[in-house]
Amino acid sequence: MSARDNILARLRVAPGSGATPGVRDFGVIEALEWTPAERAERLVRLLRSVNTEVHETTQATWPGLLRELCVAKGVGRLCLAPVTPVGAAASEALAGSGVATLAYDRDIEAWREELFFEVDAGLTAVTAGIAETGSLFVVPTPDEPRLLSLVPPVHFAVLSRAVIANTLLEVLRAQGYGATMPTNVLLISGPSKTADIEQTLVYGVHGPNQLVVLLTD
Amino acid sequence: MNRPATEFKERIQRALDDPQIRTNFRRAMDGLMAKRAAMFPDADELEQLRDLGAAVRRNALARLPGLLEKLEANCQRNGIIVHWAESVAEANAIVLDIVRKHGGKSVIKGKSMVSEEMELNHHLEAHGIEALESDLGEYIVQLAGETPSHIIMPAIHKNTRQIAELFVEKLDGVEFTEDAEALTAIARGLLRRKFLDADVGLSGVNFAVAETGTLCLIENEGNGRLTTTAPDVHVAVTGIEKVVETLDDITPLLSLLPRSATGQGITTYVNMISGPRKQGERDGPREVHLVLLDNGRTTSYVDPELRTTLQCIRCGACMNHCPVYARIGGHAYGTVYPGPIGEILSPQLLGCDEAGALPGASTLCGACGEVCPVRIPIPKMLVRLRREAVTRDAASPVKDAGAQRSTSEALIWKAWARIHAVPGLYSLVTRTASAFKKMPVVGPLKAWSSVRTPPRVAGRTLHQRMAARGSTK
Ligand code: SF4
Repeated sequence: MSARDNILARLRVAPGSGATPGVRDFGVIEALEWTPAERAERLVRLLRSVNTEVHETTQATWPGLLRELCVAKGVGRLCLAPVTPVGAAASEALAGSGVATLAYDRDIEAWREELFFEVDAGLTAVTAGIAETGSLFVVPTPDEPRLLSLVPPVHFAVLSRAVIANTLLEVLRAQGYGATMPTNVLLISGPSKTADIEQTLVYGVHGPNQLVVLLTD
Repeated sequence: MNRPATEFKERIQRALDDPQIRTNFRRAMDGLMAKRAAMFPDADELEQLRDLGAAVRRNALARLPGLLEKLEANCQRNGIIVHWAESVAEANAIVLDIVRKHGGKSVIKGKSMVSEEMELNHHLEAHGIEALESDLGEYIVQLAGETPSHIIMPAIHKNTRQIAELFVEKLDGVEFTEDAEALTAIARGLLRRKFLDADVGLSGVNFAVAETGTLCLIENEGNGRLTTTAPDVHVAVTGIEKVVETLDDITPLLSLLPRSATGQGITTYVNMISGPRKQGERDGPREVHLVLLDNGRTTSYVDPELRTTLQCIRCGACMNHCPVYARIGGHAYGTVYPGPIGEILSPQLLGCDEAGALPGASTLCGACGEVCPVRIPIPKMLVRLRREAVTRDAASPVKDAGAQRSTSEALIWKAWARIHAVPGLYSLVTRTASAFKKMPVVGPLKAWSSVRTPPRVAGRTLHQRMAARGSTK
């Protein structure tokens, strides 16, 4: 018998195993409901409470704001996805700004060193916001791969107010993943941090030390 | 007392004698308790959430064998390779084999208590493989050649000065600084390169979702995401109890865990992984392995009461609120899992010979049971395991039941029972005791009274006084 068979056999003979599914009442989470304005206010407040820079802006003006922020922060090279609406708008706005844009259009093996040591910032879209916890629901794609929101020291994230939900439960249900989830789904709630040295809060450990959210209408 | 019990007592004494340990833990635990309380302002909502958290975990356990099969099938469909291990030795062999097949030189690790349970680092190092911890707390503990003293905050026993000294001693070219930011930057700089060079990334799992074949990991630093994304191979190790049925189940557990643990509304990152890099994707590991470890869990599972231990989501709230843990710290327990959860889990994982004395390290104040987000009846379990430790019973599901039994203690309790069962004897004993007027300060009473004022024995017994008042015959 394999380890698998042994383990399953031991579990199966236990009294009460395979019992009818217990009732889980998700009411306490479903009851968390806010108006759209409250959701945005809560998300912004919670994100700021963990050192996130949030800029309330619009669909029309965020690319210009991004340009200003990149210049002000001294971002020399910004990695983005030129083929997505967010990436395309940013590329256009940054043209001639002195900020170089580059696409994550190769497998990581081809440019590991460069991504880790020579990219100043990454730009991604955000699928949804979560008001309850002040989180960004980010789904990496072939155009916006997993390391884009993780390795560069600054992460710019573009989120529309229209997609701020109440809870993670609501977002997951709305995505309707069924049995098939994307390879990776992330909740991001602030820049990377640690309190492992005598509980002193320090921002910027292995992930970005700046999370900049551009909140559009 | 057997050897492990004696050593436990010695470690407790050493910890109590160390003012630094007491200061470090006291400060940290007070802070954590206050932060947790602030995060649950609405008591009703908290209780409802705990009901839901407990229901989610109980549902998963009730259907554990079926859900594990479902998890396996869905992980495999997603391209995750699933391994099963009955023992720590089997799990270590599986991991070693995977590492050897992929370069076999270095492993970068995210935080994983199951890998501590496996003593995986030792095992890999014994086979010439570097296993480097990347969570800052774990990194500090590894540099010091120690083990974690808390399941969430591994280096909580050290203060900044101690960490600063450690860095100067162990790391090349590091100057002494007590600035936490500077110390963090040093570790970040050193580890960055390691993430690039490691053959394999190894992590734990917080929840595994059966319906989708998804592994959920939570963390603040980003090292967990790097560990599971940057190297070519990702190996996740987890206990078989970590499964939940549906994606819906994640939200309540996420709502409870960080708030109970560190008083944070949510961790910086929640990382849900459902497979290796797919065609067209630019990064992520090309292989993902899941190792499901039993190591005694199926034995606990068989007993309905012991099974509740498997509900644990490893938040650490029970240790943060434990008056004993706050005074002796995590290392005194001598086991991977300290504090109240460790006191009930360790005898089940290791047996009563090795860990049967642990449930004794409790005042049974009940704080752990009150804060546990998934309603594990820890105080009740402590009493149950104290009984297991001193009751020889071949049919007991707990390994080495009765190993802590002491003949003299058993005799004393036998006499105690007898005295209370026979009225004439009872009256004789109480009258004799009151004639002595003082408690005899010998044996355990001597140690007890060395730091307390021994109570004075009343001159007359209660029966005598009542008889004098004429209210008894
Ligand atoms: S027993 Fe409860 S309080 Fe203790 S770590 Fe587990 S879930 Fe948290």
